[in-house]
Amino acid sequence: MAFDVVASTFQHKAITKTAPRRAIEVGLMGFGLMIYFNLVGLIGQFMERFIIEGLATLAHTVFLGIAIGVGGLTSHRLLNETVTRRYLYSALAGLISGCSLAVLVFVIDHAQGAIFGAEFDVRFMFVALSPKLLDFLTFGTAPENAVFYHLIGGVVLGLFGALLYHLPNVLRRPLIGGLAAVWFIGLFSELIQLAMQFEVVDDFRNFFFTWEGQTEQGAVTVFVITFAIMAFVTHRGDAVMTGFRAMPSSGQKSARYALYLLAVVLFLLFPMAAGSFFGQVLMLVGLYALMGMGLNIEIGLAGLLDMGFVAFFATGAYTIALFTTSTEDVACVTPPCDYLIQIFDDRSLTWWEALPIAMIASLVMGVLFGIPVLKVRGDYLAVATLGLGEIIRVVVVSDMAAPMLGGSQGILAIPRPHLFGFEFSDPIQLFYLTLVSTIVAAYFAWALENSRLGRAWMAIREDEDVGQALGVNLINVKLLAYGLGAVFAGLAGAIFAAMLASIYPHSFQLLISINILALIIVGGIGSLPGVVVGSLMLIGTPELLREFGEFRFLAYGIVLVVMMRVKPLGLWPSSVRKRELQSVEEAEALIKQRTQGQKA
Amino acid sequence: MAILEINDIHVYYGNIRALHGISFSVEKGQIVTLIGANGAGKTTTLNAISGILAPRQGSVRVFDQDLARIMPHELVPQGVVQVPEGRRIFSRLTVDENLSMGAFTRKDKVAIAKDRERVLEMFPRLRERLTQIAGTLSGGEQQMLAMGRAIMSDPKILLLDEPSMGLAPILVDQVFESIQDIRKQGVTILLVEQNAYVALQIADYGYVLESGQIALKGPAKELIKNEEIRKAYLG
Repeated sequence: MAFDVVASTFQHKAITKTAPRRAIEVGLMGFGLMIYFNLVGLIGQFMERFIIEGLATLAHTVFLGIAIGVGGLTSHRLLNETVTRRYLYSALAGLISGCSLAVLVFVIDHAQGAIFGAEFDVRFMFVALSPKLLDFLTFGTAPENAVFYHLIGGVVLGLFGALLYHLPNVLRRPLIGGLAAVWFIGLFSELIQLAMQFEVVDDFRNFFFTWEGQTEQGAVTVFVITFAIMAFVTHRGDAVMTGFRAMPSSGQKSARYALYLLAVVLFLLFPMAAGSFFGQVLMLVGLYALMGMGLNIEIGLAGLLDMGFVAFFATGAYTIALFTTSTEDVACVTPPCDYLIQIFDDRSLTWWEALPIAMIASLVMGVLFGIPVLKVRGDYLAVATLGLGEIIRVVVVSDMAAPMLGGSQGILAIPRPHLFGFEFSDPIQLFYLTLVSTIVAAYFAWALENSRLGRAWMAIREDEDVGQALGVNLINVKLLAYGLGAVFAGLAGAIFAAMLASIYPHSFQLLISINILALIIVGGIGSLPGVVVGSLMLIGTPELLREFGEFRFLAYGIVLVVMMRVKPLGLWPSSVRKRELQSVEEAEALIKQRTQGQKA
Repeated sequence: MAILEINDIHVYYGNIRALHGISFSVEKGQIVTLIGANGAGKTTTLNAISGILAPRQGSVRVFDQDLARIMPHELVPQGVVQVPEGRRIFSRLTVDENLSMGAFTRKDKVAIAKDRERVLEMFPRLRERLTQIAGTLSGGEQQMLAMGRAIMSDPKILLLDEPSMGLAPILVDQVFESIQDIRKQGVTILLVEQNAYVALQIADYGYVLESGQIALKGPAKELIKNEEIRKAYLG
C-alpha cells in the first residue's frame, strides 16, 4: 500500500514557465534568503568570524555562495535556452539577489529621518539592522556607492555562477572542490587547531592558521592542493580505476583491505590525537547511534512508531545510578526502595556489575511499555507512545519517586567504570567504551535483522493481519521488538550515566526521542549504516557548529527539510527501500514512455 | 471424515448480530463454497474460523479439535491457512521473500524447498518474477502469489476469501483453475465468493448465506440449476 502512494506521487504534471519568470523566481529566492539572514542577525554574527583572516568573513562567503548559487541554478533551470540567453538570465537573477543588499543599505541608511520620520526606528522591530551591519554592507564607503557595488556585484556573481555551471567537468569540479575545501577548513579552523596541539606541528599549524581564522597563504595552499587532487581524480580517475581493476583479484583484495585497515586505524587514533572535545562529540554520536539502532528495530524492522523512546534511555541511566551509588545518601523508606536497600546495604555495585541489570531493566521496561499499546496501530501509536514516554519522565521528577530517584535533583556521584584497574574517566576513554559497545550492538542488531525474529518483524511491518495469518505470534513479536530495542537504549543510558557521573531528569526530554527518530529517518529507515551516518549528520555536525549558538539549529532544520526533498529514502537506504525506489523509477520511466507514445 | 465442522455459531459486532446460527461442515478433499451477497456474513464466517473474531455461541472444530482457545497465529501449524480478501501480499518484499514468508512456521528446509518448487510449477509466472517487488505485479499475479504463499504454509485446509475480486474474467478463470489444481494435491478448500457462478462450477457443495443465516444448501451441481439462485445471483 505504501508502494502505491509512492508511485502515485510521480504522476504530477510539469508546469511550463517562461524563462524570464524562472530567472526572476530564482533571483527572488536569493533575495529572500539574503534579507532573511540579515534580519535574523545571522550575518551580524557571521561578519565577525573570518574564513580567511583579514580578507573574507563567513558573512561574505554566505553572500557569495547565495549569489553564485542563484546564477548556477538559473542556468540549470533554463536548459532549453541558448547559452547566451542563459548567461543573461543568470545575470538577471544575480542582479535581483544583489538588490537585497542594496535595499538593506538604503533602508538602514535612511531608517532614521528621511523616509520614516524622526521618531521611527527600524531597530525597534529588527534589532539586527545595526550601524555595524551598515558599515559591513557598505565596505566603509558612502552608502550611495555601496548600493551601486551590490548591484554590479550581483550581476558579476550571477555570471560567475553561470560560468561555473558551463565549465567542463575537468575544471568545474576542482574549482568548486577547492573553494569548498577552503571554506570548510576556514569554518572549522578553530577545531582543527585544537586537534593540532603538538609542538612538532607548531610551524605547520602557524603557516595555515591564526586563532582568527585561516591565513591567506594557508587558504591558497589548501585551494591549490585540493584543485590539483580533484583535477587529477576527474581527469585520470577512470584510468586509475581501470588500472586497479586490471590488477589480479588477490592484489585488489589486499589493496582494499589495506585501505580499510588504514581508515580504521586512523579513526581509532583520531580522538586520542585530536583531544577531548572531539572525543566528547564522537562519544555523543556513538550514544545516539546506539539508541538509533534500538529504535531502528522498533520502527525500521517491526514498523512500530515510538515517540517515547527516551524512556528506555532513562531507565538504563537511572538503573546504573541506583545500583552504583551508595544507598546511605538516599533517604529511602517506601516499599520497593527499602527492600532494595536491604539487598545492597553493605555495598553498591560497580558499573560493570550494574550494566546487565540496567539492560535487563530496560528490557522489562520495553515489554511493559509495549503491553498497553499492543492493539494500537500507525499514527495512533506515535501519540500513545509519546504519552507513555512523558509518563516516565513525570514519574521520575515526581515527589513520590523522589526519595529513590532524587527528584529534580537527580542522582550524583555515580562512579566511573573500571576495567583491570583502568578507569574510564575522560571523554576519550569513554569514547572507546562507546565505540566497542556500538560495534557489539551493531553485530547483534545485524544478527537480529537476519534472524527468524527479524523476518517476523518484517512481516508485521508490512501487514499485521497477514503476518498473523501466516503464523506470526503478534504479541510476542511486538513485545520483543519493544524490549530488545529498549536494551540498546538502556546500554546507551548506562554509558551516559558514567559519562556525566550524575543524572538529572531534565536530561531525558522528549527532544531526545525526536532526535533519534530524525536521525534514523535521515540515515535511512531500516538501515544499520544509515543509523551511524544519520547520527554523524544530526548529532555530530551541530556539536561541531556549537560556536554559532542557536543558529546551528537553523542549519539543522534546513538540512532536515532539504534531505527529505532530495533523498527521501535517507543517506544510506536499506536494501528493501532501495529496491522500492528502483521499481518506482522503472514505473516512472514506463509512464513517461507511454505518455510520449500517446503524443506521437 | 469432516475436516472442518462449524456448529451453530453466533457472531456479533458489538450489539449487532452478524451471524445467527450457522452450521456446516467440509469433508476432506472437497471444495465447499459459501456464496451470498455483500454483507451476508461470508467473510465474518471465515474470520470466526480463523480466530480473528470469537463466536459468542457455537463451536468451530478442525480435525475434531475445538478452536475456541486457539490464537490466530496458532492455526497455521494446525493446517488451517487463510488467503485474505484483497490479496494482501507484502508489496514491498520480493516475490521470493513473500513465498518464504509463507513457510514462516515451518522448520524442515527440504520440505520447504519442495513446496516452493511445487508452487513455482503451479504458477510459472511467479518463477519469472521471483526477484521482482511484489507490489509491481498485476492483480492476477498478486492473487497467484497470495495463494502460493498460502501453499508454502503446507495447509490441510485453505480458506479462500473472494479470490475473484477485482480481476478480469480471463484471470478469474486462471485463478479458479489453480484452485482446482490445489485441490488435486490433496488440500481441502473452503471458498467464499460473491461470484456464485464460477464458484459453484468448481465446488462440490455449496451454502448460500443470507443476512447471517444459511438460506440454501446442497451439492453445487444442484444449486447451479436452482431457480431461486439463478434469479438472485446468476442473473
